Amino acid sequence: MKKVLGVLLISLLTACASQTKQPGDEDMEDRDRSRDAATQRESMQAEDYTSPTLNPLTDPNSILSKRSIYFDFDSYVVKDQFRSLVAAHAKYLREHPNARVLLQGNTDERGSREYNLALGQRRADAVKYAMTLSGAQEGQIEAVSLGEEKPHAMGHDEAAWAENRRVDIRYQGE
Amino acid sequence: MLSMPSRLHKLSGSAAVLFFLWLVCSPVQAALNIEIFGGGANQIPVAIVPFAEEERLGAQSLTPVISADLQRTGLFKLVDAGGLRPHEPADVSYPDWIGRGASALAIGTAIPVSGGQISIRVRLLDVARRAELGSYVETVPPEQLRAAAHRIADMIYEKLTGDAGVFSTRIAYVIKQGKKYSLQVADADGVNAQPVIEYTEPIISPAWSPDGTRLAYVSFENKKPVVYVQALATRARKAVANFRGSNSAPAWSPDGRKLAVVLSVMGGSQIFLINSDGGGLQRLTQSSGIDTEPSFSPDGRYIIFTSDRGGSPQIYRMPVTGGVSKVAERLTFEGSYNVSPRYSPDGKGFTFIHRSGDRFNVAIQDFATGQVRLLTDSKFDESPSFAPNGRMVLYATEIRGRGILSAVSSDGRTRQQLSTQAGDIREPAWGPLRRLQ
Repeated sequence: MKKVLGVLLISLLTACASQTKQPGDEDMEDRDRSRDAATQRESMQAEDYTSPTLNPLTDPNSILSKRSIYFDFDSYVVKDQFRSLVAAHAKYLREHPNARVLLQGNTDERGSREYNLALGQRRADAVKYAMTLSGAQEGQIEAVSLGEEKPHAMGHDEAAWAENRRVDIRYQGE
Repeated sequence: MLSMPSRLHKLSGSAAVLFFLWLVCSPVQAALNIEIFGGGANQIPVAIVPFAEEERLGAQSLTPVISADLQRTGLFKLVDAGGLRPHEPADVSYPDWIGRGASALAIGTAIPVSGGQISIRVRLLDVARRAELGSYVETVPPEQLRAAAHRIADMIYEKLTGDAGVFSTRIAYVIKQGKKYSLQVADADGVNAQPVIEYTEPIISPAWSPDGTRLAYVSFENKKPVVYVQALATRARKAVANFRGSNSAPAWSPDGRKLAVVLSVMGGSQIFLINSDGGGLQRLTQSSGIDTEPSFSPDGRYIIFTSDRGGSPQIYRMPVTGGVSKVAERLTFEGSYNVSPRYSPDGKGFTFIHRSGDRFNVAIQDFATGQVRLLTDSKFDESPSFAPNGRMVLYATEIRGRGILSAVSSDGRTRQQLSTQAGDIREPAWGPLRRLQ
């Protein structure tokens, strides 16, 4: 039950974020900008981040501290409620060309371990694709799968399975 | 032709086949116990007479190991020798053994010789025909006595059933205890369990090299799946598939020179060939879907694999050679979830996992007829793996939320359930027949 609440909380948070920031619009604009401009802006912002308290990746008030995208059963479609989360991370990657992320796809426990590994890969690939559409460079993102091997929730019911159908975003060095 | 073997062969064909007992005393204190379901109605009555001078071997005695091997199969009825102790054919009073109901009789000697070695000589006799069916002669050091006993049991099994014995083979599996994952190798009777590698990250998909000297497996120790090959004797290991993305599902070619692996490096999950040292990358499948779980045919010309290219995961077969015109042929049509195929050792069929409703069961399909036979009726079966003589399928299943290993005869008639006292046991792989040097 706690896990379900967690999922709902994340959904609500991402929904709020998308209302205030409308990152989708930014993405459309940013995609046309030159790489040089993005690099320039990155170096400027990098200075801003020298103060550790301002690291947006770990600041609980930043959408970037939210790292999980959840999926429906047998699905690898990134649901609308996670679009803003994915877009925010894509924007961060765009603004920090030296940043690297590992996307780890996960599945629930039912069925073949190797087939589930491939399903988790498909989920990670879907998030990677969404991030590259939002302007992140492909070379910044490695999509891998943990299949059913690293479940968050240990139960054997739908609530646990829902928690485990997930892609986690891990930045290099974390 | 001897009448005995052919008659016994027929008997075994109709009898339910039953193989294995594992009593593992592994370094992680996981003890495997067994429960047997079903059993053979037409067991072959065989007497194993304690060998001459065997009592000097004490706890390393041979005949208890041989008897246990044979008994576990469910194919044999062990006839009590009473006070009879023949060690040479000339000593055998056949009417006595006919009176005891024995069809076959194993006699022999185990005599200490120079250098602490033991000279073993065993004969298997046909009681009705008063003829020798087979023999075994070997001189071994004390630490090889148990292995010798398995080889003697293999000889007896082969002579009486017509099939290769698998008592000298090994199995590999993964035990999860708490946060620790241990890839282990044990003798087929569960003794001598040894950890190959232990990690706090998952290990899956162990696969034996055809010569039994190496294991390929997938480790998650580096935050993602990477395929390793490890030599059992030296423990030396190498990451043979560590490409960008995921690397998994290793399967050895029958000549041991190549591995089929599943990589996401070129997008999706597709099957590639690599040399067993990691070089020579070559793409095998080309689909927009998932292609995974390859298994080579015994002649190395084909692979069967799981693919969702048709909308649901099903099993396909394609030639390994033949360039870009290779066409994959769909093999399974019943149900919407058929996965984890493994070729049978004779190449005439394959075992796989079939889902019906919310159940995942072990099944066998015959290439010639297309006929599917469900072998189990449990709920969460995974990772089926043939015994090298094709008579049993070893698989992982679950009881009360805990992973255990089971084995089912290829005709589905008998089933053994193994339970561990601690930990989850999964991902079994039955090793190859050991070739005598």
